[in-house]
Amino acid sequence: MYSQGLKDAEGQLEPAELMAEFQARIDREEKIEPRDWMPEAYRKTLIRQMSQHAHSEIVGQLPEGNWITRAPSLKRKMILLAKVQDEAGHGLYIYSATETLGVTRDQLTDELLTGKAKYSSIFNYPTPSWADIGAVGWLVDGAAIMNQVPLCRSSYGPYARSMIRICKEESFHQRQGYEIMTVLARGTAAQKDMAQRALNRFWWPALMMFGPSDKDSKHSEQSMKWKIKRFTNDELRQKFIDATVPQAEHLGLTIPDPELRWNEETGQYDHGEINWQEFIDVIKGNGPCNKERLQARINAHEEGEWVREAAEVYQQKQNQEEAA
Amino acid sequence: MNQDLYQFALRLADTSLTMGQRLAEWCGHGPYLEEDVALTNVSLDLIGHAQMFYQLACDNSETSTSPDDLAFLRDVPEYRNPLITELPRGDFAYTTLKQYFIDVYHLHLYQQLSVSSDEQLAALAQKALMEVKYHLSRSEAWCQRLSLSTEEAHEKMQKALDDLWFYTPELFETDESMQRLMTASVIPDMGAIQTVWQQQTEQLLEDCQLAKPENGWMATGGLVGEHTEHLGYMLADMQFLQRAYPGCEW
Amino acid sequence: MSEMKLYEVFIRAKSGLNHRHVGSLHASDPQMALLNARDVYTRRKEGVSIWVVEAEQITASNPAQEHEWFDPAEDKVYRHPTFYPLDKEVENM
Repeated sequence: MYSQGLKDAEGQLEPAELMAEFQARIDREEKIEPRDWMPEAYRKTLIRQMSQHAHSEIVGQLPEGNWITRAPSLKRKMILLAKVQDEAGHGLYIYSATETLGVTRDQLTDELLTGKAKYSSIFNYPTPSWADIGAVGWLVDGAAIMNQVPLCRSSYGPYARSMIRICKEESFHQRQGYEIMTVLARGTAAQKDMAQRALNRFWWPALMMFGPSDKDSKHSEQSMKWKIKRFTNDELRQKFIDATVPQAEHLGLTIPDPELRWNEETGQYDHGEINWQEFIDVIKGNGPCNKERLQARINAHEEGEWVREAAEVYQQKQNQEEAA
Repeated sequence: MNQDLYQFALRLADTSLTMGQRLAEWCGHGPYLEEDVALTNVSLDLIGHAQMFYQLACDNSETSTSPDDLAFLRDVPEYRNPLITELPRGDFAYTTLKQYFIDVYHLHLYQQLSVSSDEQLAALAQKALMEVKYHLSRSEAWCQRLSLSTEEAHEKMQKALDDLWFYTPELFETDESMQRLMTASVIPDMGAIQTVWQQQTEQLLEDCQLAKPENGWMATGGLVGEHTEHLGYMLADMQFLQRAYPGCEW
Repeated sequence: MSEMKLYEVFIRAKSGLNHRHVGSLHASDPQMALLNARDVYTRRKEGVSIWVVEAEQITASNPAQEHEWFDPAEDKVYRHPTFYPLDKEVENM
């Protein structure tokens, strides 16, 4: 009953009527729900993007988790615990949303642990000082929020809903980071130095979080058309820079980019060139902490194996007893 | 000012803080995501209790101090927690059983403290009690699942019991200061708490088909600041920033 | 080892409201699902009551039949009070 098929971006043959109707729904801002018809490439793109996002939340627990036992006050300890806990929760929400596309949590976990799946390269940088916890909250969560707010309007219903929940919960993450930086920047010389070093460490990696430049981004165009993405990488990156520079000035800290300056004409900040080679290296696994981060996740998974098995066997035994 | 209440508040606070600190080590490393979130919740509750009881200690202190000073600027001999709470995190069985023992202890202790003659203490205990009840439903559920499932899990639980059992009597020890509080009905008779604690835990161990060990080294010392080697490392880690940069705001 | 079962989580935000679907999680059994749902989905006092349902147990309508199932209700205007004109003088109806 379908006329000629149409190839989609991944080369999959899809019926033209369905493709047209699908695009029309998206253009009308209708949400796509799990059991609705969708092109295979849409499903695959979503799985890739959502699982990368979820993996990033999971691995993202580690650099900050690193300072939980050493947080300098009871209040900071509780805030940090609650924040890192949120990251686990957010990974969970997005995994759940991804599962509605027909993959299992086990598959997703396996892809992360075998190194097949990617996660945000920012988490492969170390957090050697307490100020890094401030910088991560301020810059990394700040960048994440820029990315995530538009995703609350993503065309895929479960993704959009999980992002709404996540954005609501994350609203304190960036503020607590900035507050840490504020206290340090107004503290002793040693504390201020700690804050400046953390900014130096995290500024460029934070800019890289928005992904490759638009001219090199291979997935952008189709994703924009399907409203899986709402803004391009470079648009979001520029927005982040424009928002963050005055915040750094307010702290009296210096952004480590000598070429950074306000451009009256464009009404934006001009900035120096990002070291894309470093970006590629870290994504490929050659960042300062890639191995360590992945190993920590592998250990947790392997050490938890007997616990998960016990829980399941217990239930099976209970069922058998009930049946007997 | 009440020196006895100050000391007892420290006992409560140090116990919760060391428990919470150990549990926090699981954050990001739990056996699966759902449990990661759950373990962190318990840790957060316990650190919250610690802060509350440190405040009570401050209110009864002869010198001006703060909850953070008490947590971050006292050394091992001044910590008053029972040794069991400072033991390393261990595996999930060890964490679970230790948590269960402490949850039952807290349940009965806070139940009694919530009718203390000291109103402030009673109110704090009542608040903590609510959260402890939830902790107990979790640790009990996990004790059953780990003990009555696979052989491997049962073995790990038995091993944890063998290691932990002789640390439990210390929970109910008292010193002269506590005895004065008992006489004044500020705190309950710890012997009575021990009796109900034993009844409840021994029933669970039996249900879980776990065998109580016959004999072993009996832990003691927390009340007089004699601790295991582990507490020093825990404090070195926890207090690092406060010690390296004295007098700073964070 | 098979994967733990998927449970759907429903939360009543406050008494007087319906339980609403908020997400899902994996658990070995209903009791663990309930405990974990409390920790995952009510960390900010989002609810006063939780339901968990094994995802497998839900029977759902077929999205391909959306139009044949739900569009017919669209033109049954006589089910709505505004379908019935009333003289202005008539009150309390």
